Amino acid sequence: MASGQQWVLVEMVQAFYEAPAYHLILEGILILWIIRLLFSKTYKLQERSDLTEKEKEELIEEWQPEPLVPSVSKDHPSLNYDVVTGPPSHKIIVNGKECINFASFNFLGLLDNERVKLKALSSLKKYGVGTCGPRGFYGTFDVHLELEERLAKFMRTEEAIIYSYGFATIASAIPAYSKRGDIIFVDEAACFSIQKGLQASRSFIKYFKHNDMEDLERLLKEQEIEDQKNPRKARVIRRFIVVEGLYINTADICPLPELVKLKYKYKVRIFLEESMSFGVLGEHGRGVTEHFGVNIDDIDLISANMENAVASIGGFCCGRSFVIDHQRLSGQGYCFSASLPPMLATAAIEALNIMEEDPGIFRVLRDKCKHVHKALQGTPGLKVVGEPFAPALHLQLENSTGSRTNDLKLLRAIVDYSLDRQIALTLARYLEKEERFLPPPSIRVVVTVEQTQEEIEKAAQCIREAALKILK
Amino acid sequence: MTESAGNKNEDCHAANGVKPGRNGMVKNHHHHHQYQKQEKVYNAACNGELYSRPFIESFEETPMLVAVLTYMGYGILTIFGYLRDFMREWKIEKCHIAREREEQKDFVPLYQDFENFYTRNLYMRIRDSWNRPICSVPGATFDLVERSSNDYNWTFEYTGRVVKDVINLGSYNYLGFAENTGACATAAGEATVKFGVGVASTRQEIGNLNRHEELEKLTASFLGVESAMAFGMGFATNSMNIPALAGKGCLILSDELNHASLVLGARLSGSTIRVFKHNNMQSLEKLLRDAIAHGQPRTHRPWKKILILVEGIYSMEGSIIRLPEVIALKKKYKAYLYLDEAHSIGALGRSGRGVVEYFGLDPKDVDVMMGTFTKSFGAAGGYIGGRKDLIDYLQSHSHSAIYAISMSLPVVEQIITSMKCIMGMDGTTIGRSRIQRLAENTVYFRRRLREMGFIIYGNNDSPVVPMMLYMPAKIGAFGREMLKRNIGVVVVGFPATPIIESRARFCISAAHTKEMLDRALDVISEVGDLLQLKYSRRKVLPSLDRPFDETTYEENEE
Repeated sequence: MASGQQWVLVEMVQAFYEAPAYHLILEGILILWIIRLLFSKTYKLQERSDLTEKEKEELIEEWQPEPLVPSVSKDHPSLNYDVVTGPPSHKIIVNGKECINFASFNFLGLLDNERVKLKALSSLKKYGVGTCGPRGFYGTFDVHLELEERLAKFMRTEEAIIYSYGFATIASAIPAYSKRGDIIFVDEAACFSIQKGLQASRSFIKYFKHNDMEDLERLLKEQEIEDQKNPRKARVIRRFIVVEGLYINTADICPLPELVKLKYKYKVRIFLEESMSFGVLGEHGRGVTEHFGVNIDDIDLISANMENAVASIGGFCCGRSFVIDHQRLSGQGYCFSASLPPMLATAAIEALNIMEEDPGIFRVLRDKCKHVHKALQGTPGLKVVGEPFAPALHLQLENSTGSRTNDLKLLRAIVDYSLDRQIALTLARYLEKEERFLPPPSIRVVVTVEQTQEEIEKAAQCIREAALKILK
Repeated sequence: MTESAGNKNEDCHAANGVKPGRNGMVKNHHHHHQYQKQEKVYNAACNGELYSRPFIESFEETPMLVAVLTYMGYGILTIFGYLRDFMREWKIEKCHIAREREEQKDFVPLYQDFENFYTRNLYMRIRDSWNRPICSVPGATFDLVERSSNDYNWTFEYTGRVVKDVINLGSYNYLGFAENTGACATAAGEATVKFGVGVASTRQEIGNLNRHEELEKLTASFLGVESAMAFGMGFATNSMNIPALAGKGCLILSDELNHASLVLGARLSGSTIRVFKHNNMQSLEKLLRDAIAHGQPRTHRPWKKILILVEGIYSMEGSIIRLPEVIALKKKYKAYLYLDEAHSIGALGRSGRGVVEYFGLDPKDVDVMMGTFTKSFGAAGGYIGGRKDLIDYLQSHSHSAIYAISMSLPVVEQIITSMKCIMGMDGTTIGRSRIQRLAENTVYFRRRLREMGFIIYGNNDSPVVPMMLYMPAKIGAFGREMLKRNIGVVVVGFPATPIIESRARFCISAAHTKEMLDRALDVISEVGDLLQLKYSRRKVLPSLDRPFDETTYEENEE
């Protein structure tokens, strides 16, 4: 073997001697060429487009950014807020004038309830104000657990979870479940916090016409056809319907029974935002599900804030543990925010106590709503938008001037006229450029149980006068 | 900054111990001793112009052996997780997971199977270290509701007993304003009686009380800015206002360790987001240069504006932002700066005015001064301060002012009173002395821990003190052992930290007395020995245990 190898080597050397000179030179050049190729820089396609440092400096020197914020004109309608002094309860002092409050969402009048205040005060004396931490890190107080239990019991669901800010509740809940690639069917009139939740989820959003079940079914059918094309993919796309119980923007109610039917027909989960209907609708104030007699377990998630009827701060979600518990690790507004000040949780518990002890309060509210709705009918130039049982109605212009700014000015004039006559009203405010479907300009009229017959009549009379005078 | 300055800074970074790699793989073993000696020299050399004080920040590398063991730990946990999932699947092991309703079994699953693997098999084992309910003021000490679990943390039972007087090293109560007595509580109590707790309307509609406006004026004067605005939730202050400041065609440069609220706000704004390395000015400058030179992707139009998002103190790292350098860069490249002072306001600076004062800078150089009232002020909510035109714009365009209920009045009073106390407007020196106390406590606590041989992350002056645990099993063990000895600590692991860098986090408060800290330190040392947590291989010479008197603090401040 070894001698064989040696022989080959000898042969090679011999061949080298015998080879013609031109052949050796050629091979030598080729070898050098290969070495050059190996060590030369790789050819860059974009070499020409690279900027030199000097060019960069020039570009940097040249660049002029836009100002951080555009300037706001001094008379921007939303720049000068109305100033309230004193408690924002039934009697409210707006810009120095004492008025009857037809503007705060204090439906049940619990904001200045003595029992609530006393409980909050005793809680303050026990816990102080702040929680100094998120729920995970010693920000969970015994009152938070109690409130969650009470809310779950009140709503007759398995579990509830509280957030420290009403706005953040549904806005955090939606992206906790719906991710990129999932589909959300949502009503066009959905409120701003839902819109933000949708945006944060990065899912596909499909809007259906407000309260139009046929339109929703059309979208669901379209999706069904889409699914049949690619059943493998369809098996992992989660789908949700997001609706409000009572819409804050239109003051009407969602057709929940039909939605539940569609839910089972097309296997879509329902998320229901009840900030306007919790503590308002239903015999015991449980909201739209009770109003329609829908089994609450058929709704996958219900969220509401505790800032309207409950007159505290914060929000909650409730439903089955299978669904709700997930938010304790995935709800951004829950995990990464300081928890609700314990005194506000205590106030909410006491508000629930009152609501449970005296369900009659909801009937009273319903009667007042009907009364207000009726009293406002026939206001010249203004139309009442909303259901008779909705506690926050809208007054819109019957004939728009054609420009939103002018419409708002007219409505604002009516609000000012009423403020002068001790009726506190407010314009419904929107971010005009950010709303997906901007609602028409309107005056908000809020009903509370504290408003008396006479006050309601007086307010209606006042609005009528104002409309006559201003809208001509 | 010129090219050469950039290079100089690189040296400086190595010296300051900005982490060589996030995973902490050891790059250079025998650098440590030099490091110790040269730290200050480098600081003086390269920070001289921008920094008026030594900026000492350290992130000791993860020892190789520890890193390997930690990965092994996760490996074993994962194997066991699969094994137990398998047993659950075959009903050998009882399954505690909440189930989908029978009626909805044929729906698309709400959660992907693997999604909750970590929760089910790792988090659940040590779940008792979080969400511990308390039933008192979250002050220097607190009372915990005792709970126990008979099913390995799937459910908890409350035993009805209360664990009294646990030393609180977990709450963000930096200045000790979480109190149920004293001026703040009295003011909040009066507000409760007068106003009730709710407001039931938004700022733009009919929820704008004069007390809100007073709070805003006071905040502006505290921060040294023209105007300020307050919001009901700290998280929402970021997530609902960044979209008002930036939009399509804008670029947001965000620190990689920014809080979830900043990330969410940036995402909601619709801007392009680019992330720079934590507190790394080379990385930031490179992004700025490239961004301006190349413009927007594909269209190559110039950016409308560039917004840099940073935090004052990073709550998981304990690091302080290199603000002088950020401001220099921001000025050079005409970018805007959004500074989140959630943890630094009240906690840093001679008079508690945050990281801007700490570095002796001008608040006008920061375009958006954001912060929260949750921490140092013992309340809730957040603020944004800045030029008048900025605040005017936010008043008319902030999501929060239009769609969210305004702040609760008792909370407003708590903030006003505590802020006045910090500013000395209440005629006492309580505020001033608390700020000083916090600074002393911080330096003392950090020094002692380092001397004991723990690996401590972050800046010497940061009251957030992360102590490395690394191994997953030690997360739960540390939390439990500390609680056994009546000390409440926060432990954090993945996903809040990189997977191998699990840590405990102590938040120092002005309310802590020296005795409490000493007791806590003794216990930490004891548990540290028990769990073998003293990983540090740096030699720290124990200094004389002198009390930290005023002169030392002054010296530090100058």
